[in-house]
Amino acid sequence: MRDLFLAVLLRDLKLASRRRIDSLLPVVFFIVALSLFPLGVGPEPQMLRDIAPGIVWVCALLASMLSVGSLFAGDLADGSLEQLLLAPQPAIAVAAAKSAAHWLLTGLPLIVATPLVGLLFGMSGSALLALVAGLLLGTPILSLLGALGAALTLGLRSGGMLLILIVLPLTMPALIFGAGAVGNIEAGLDAGGHFSLLGALLLATALGAPPATAAALRISTE
Amino acid sequence: MYMPPATPHPSTPAAAAASVLQACDLAGQRGDRALFEHLELALEPGAVVWLRGRNGRGKTTLLRLLAGLATPMAGEIRVNGVPQRQAGPPLRRSVVYIGHQNALKDDLTAMEALLFLARTRGDRPDDAALTAALQRLGVRGSRFAPVRTLSQGQRRRVALARLALCLHADLWLLDEPFDALDADGIQALNGLLAEHAARGGATLMTSHQSPSLRDPEPRVFDLDRHGLA
Repeated sequence: MRDLFLAVLLRDLKLASRRRIDSLLPVVFFIVALSLFPLGVGPEPQMLRDIAPGIVWVCALLASMLSVGSLFAGDLADGSLEQLLLAPQPAIAVAAAKSAAHWLLTGLPLIVATPLVGLLFGMSGSALLALVAGLLLGTPILSLLGALGAALTLGLRSGGMLLILIVLPLTMPALIFGAGAVGNIEAGLDAGGHFSLLGALLLATALGAPPATAAALRISTE
Repeated sequence: MYMPPATPHPSTPAAAAASVLQACDLAGQRGDRALFEHLELALEPGAVVWLRGRNGRGKTTLLRLLAGLATPMAGEIRVNGVPQRQAGPPLRRSVVYIGHQNALKDDLTAMEALLFLARTRGDRPDDAALTAALQRLGVRGSRFAPVRTLSQGQRRRVALARLALCLHADLWLLDEPFDALDADGIQALNGLLAEHAARGGATLMTSHQSPSLRDPEPRVFDLDRHGLA
């Protein structure tokens, strides 16, 4: 199981390193989308500081969902997916490896870019720290659920839109607790509960999503 | 009332153990349409069988069923006497399926693509083994070239080079393996098929043209008629 997981993960990272422009697109989208808000709502510093955690989370969510749509499409088109499902080891390893690759290539760059965005919005150091910690726990949830949505909508013509409609409701708890943690810190309250809930969500998703993704992949290729 | 013992059903373990692959009363569909029913097929060690049938008759569907990529509407498939559904890792390793598509990634080199496919099966071939496999199919010269730059025929050769790494496997399921191959490529593949058969492996393949393999002579399984000729 570990062999297959590593083989798929390392291959996806290698493929991304050969298509660097493609793998930069989600983080560029994230920054561009965020920079629209000061233009849209006006450059009032206090207002921007208040809405920053929420819109960072929403933009991270959208960047993840837009990039996850093509997670399995290439492997389906060239026949790699069939070979992965025929591997002696269970398909859960494939689902987990693809989710992990998506997080390393999308979630992690978003987290790295977040301090820069926080400074642009004038967030305080402690609020920024809470935001990054929340994203560290929350973006893997997005990748895991996104992979499930991508597997369910694999091969459908309007899969991209459908994927977002399926997955967005499932990601709402992560959004609420992630943004809520920053709000609590800014109000001088304890955010431990929010982080615990995010951690619990991550554990539940990590245990539940890969088997469901593997089953959905089998159905999609049948 | 006394009932005379019935003749042993072909799916009894004793009868099935001799066959590498056995399909009993198999039915397959594509979409909502049934393609074949009551199909009986058995491959013994060393057999090379050419699966024939008109376009749309269900050749690919049958191969995918036998490979375990799809579930049959009815019937049972046994690999080395074990029902396919209960097949554990060693049994799944004993089957190689090469579909219509080559399963090669455009951005990997031929070597990397081949290594990845081997690793998904749990094999860890070294560079020498990979080079030798590519050499057998005559694509050693382009082993460091990205798959994107290879021609259709070269890609097919790289995909088929997997077979040179999997000669120990009991069963090869090949969907149009001769597609896009030139005379040299066909000869290289025939050599692999003969070696695999000599080692006691069974092969089931589809092909538009009559295979040029002579030793062993492929038997014909005609899907239009449903039987081994």
